[in-house]
Amino acid sequence: MTATPKIELRKVCKAFGSKVILHDLDLSVKEGESLVVIGGSGTGKSVMLKCILGLLEPDSGDILIDGQSVIGLSTKAREKVLLKTGMLFQYAALFDSLPVWENVAFGLLQAHGMPRKEAKKIAIEKLGLVGLGAEMADRNPAEMSVGMQKRVGLARAIAADPEIIFFDEPTTGLDPIMGDVIDSLIRDCTRRLGATTLTISHDMDGAQVIGDTIALLYKGSVVWSGPADTIKTCGNPYVEQFVRGDIDGPIKLEVLKP
Amino acid sequence: MEWNFFAAIGRVFISFMAAVGRITKFTIVSLRHCIIPPFYLSLFLRQLMNIGYYSLPVVGMTALFTGMVLALQIYDGSSRFNAESAVPTIVVIGLTRELSPVLSGLMVAGRVGAAIAAEIGTMRVTEQIDALATLSTNPFKYLVTPRILAAVITLPFLVLLGDIIGVAGGFLVATESLGFNPGNYLTNTFEFLQVRDVVSGLVKAAVFGFIVALMGCYHGFHSVGGAQGVGKATTNAVVSSFVLILISDYFLTVMLTVQP
Repeated sequence: MTATPKIELRKVCKAFGSKVILHDLDLSVKEGESLVVIGGSGTGKSVMLKCILGLLEPDSGDILIDGQSVIGLSTKAREKVLLKTGMLFQYAALFDSLPVWENVAFGLLQAHGMPRKEAKKIAIEKLGLVGLGAEMADRNPAEMSVGMQKRVGLARAIAADPEIIFFDEPTTGLDPIMGDVIDSLIRDCTRRLGATTLTISHDMDGAQVIGDTIALLYKGSVVWSGPADTIKTCGNPYVEQFVRGDIDGPIKLEVLKP
Repeated sequence: MEWNFFAAIGRVFISFMAAVGRITKFTIVSLRHCIIPPFYLSLFLRQLMNIGYYSLPVVGMTALFTGMVLALQIYDGSSRFNAESAVPTIVVIGLTRELSPVLSGLMVAGRVGAAIAAEIGTMRVTEQIDALATLSTNPFKYLVTPRILAAVITLPFLVLLGDIIGVAGGFLVATESLGFNPGNYLTNTFEFLQVRDVVSGLVKAAVFGFIVALMGCYHGFHSVGGAQGVGKATTNAVVSSFVLILISDYFLTVMLTVQP
């Protein structure tokens, strides 16, 4: 363990036109830690993730990975930083023009320049880790259920044994049992790798399974963060409202009450 | 009321200029990636097949019937002043300089430009392009460069084949229905044909190929909002390709034709 956080956000701001999404967001994830960021829809969770990955540029503030700023990096330098990371997208974002094994091995083939035979072997190995057999390797992603696609997405995220893994609402669109399976797979795979993880989620039960620490995002800032097992007893009014799912409380939804 | 009218014009003008700026930036970035390695050879070869080989039937059919119709129309017009012997020359020059490149460009824009926009647009709205970036793969190099290079290279070949098929179509109609002597028709076809007639058509074809692939990629890359966004991107890709092909055709003709 080192004192330098693996991921650190310092006073990050991002707005689209007049709509402020992230406002002076401070966040840090220690090496080997699993942080789950929870919050309602439109609170800036996905934007935060996209800013860390360089898919969006923050308006101000700084984002550091391993103590190095990743803001304003050249494309090549960013690709080098992203070699350390893996990402599971909300709807898996599998390449439908490629078979399952090539999806899993994509980073190994394209970014690491690994020979196809070796990459396929690793892909099948990773598919095994997420509970999918070798017979799935040559199938097309479109032939699979959403749950299976998520597993393939997870296999792709861990294929290159990354130091950091991001999960964007990993259980969205799944039934509770499959959601539980995916949460357990995420926990087991990331612990086996010893990776640092940052997950964004709405799912309170899943957040406690995956996370060591939980942070609640509201209006683009962290309003509470603490150990995952204290979330139901912390006494923070924002957290209490979010956990109970109440309409009344400090969290104001931008919708009209019926 | 008057103020609102000018404000509306201003908004349209500003959004038009913003679009021009975005397209210019996209073009510059695309061109830069076309000359800087790494290149994805297997993807390039796949696009050669998609854009070139699979467009052959539609381009061939278009050229064949255009050549046949051209022979009939020119015969009908030229017979009014006893200039029927000009039919083979006008057919071949009309095809090589103008009709084959423009019609091939438009057909490929309809077939390939729409497919490119739909494929890349779907990748955009399903986060596949973001996934490429997170896997340390440059989406421009992976998606745009192979398509642009393949279109620029294959369209001249398609047009060359279209020239041959179109002339053959004119030959068939002229010799089978209009009573032309086959030997004389072929002699007249090649007697006044110059290398620059063919080359100017091929240059136009390369430019049209660039336009088709660029517009397909640009509109696909900038599609938003799900199925409706992808549909809009596809329509915009085809319409903008058509318009740009016809506009650039005029300027290319001015540049490639000997002016009085």
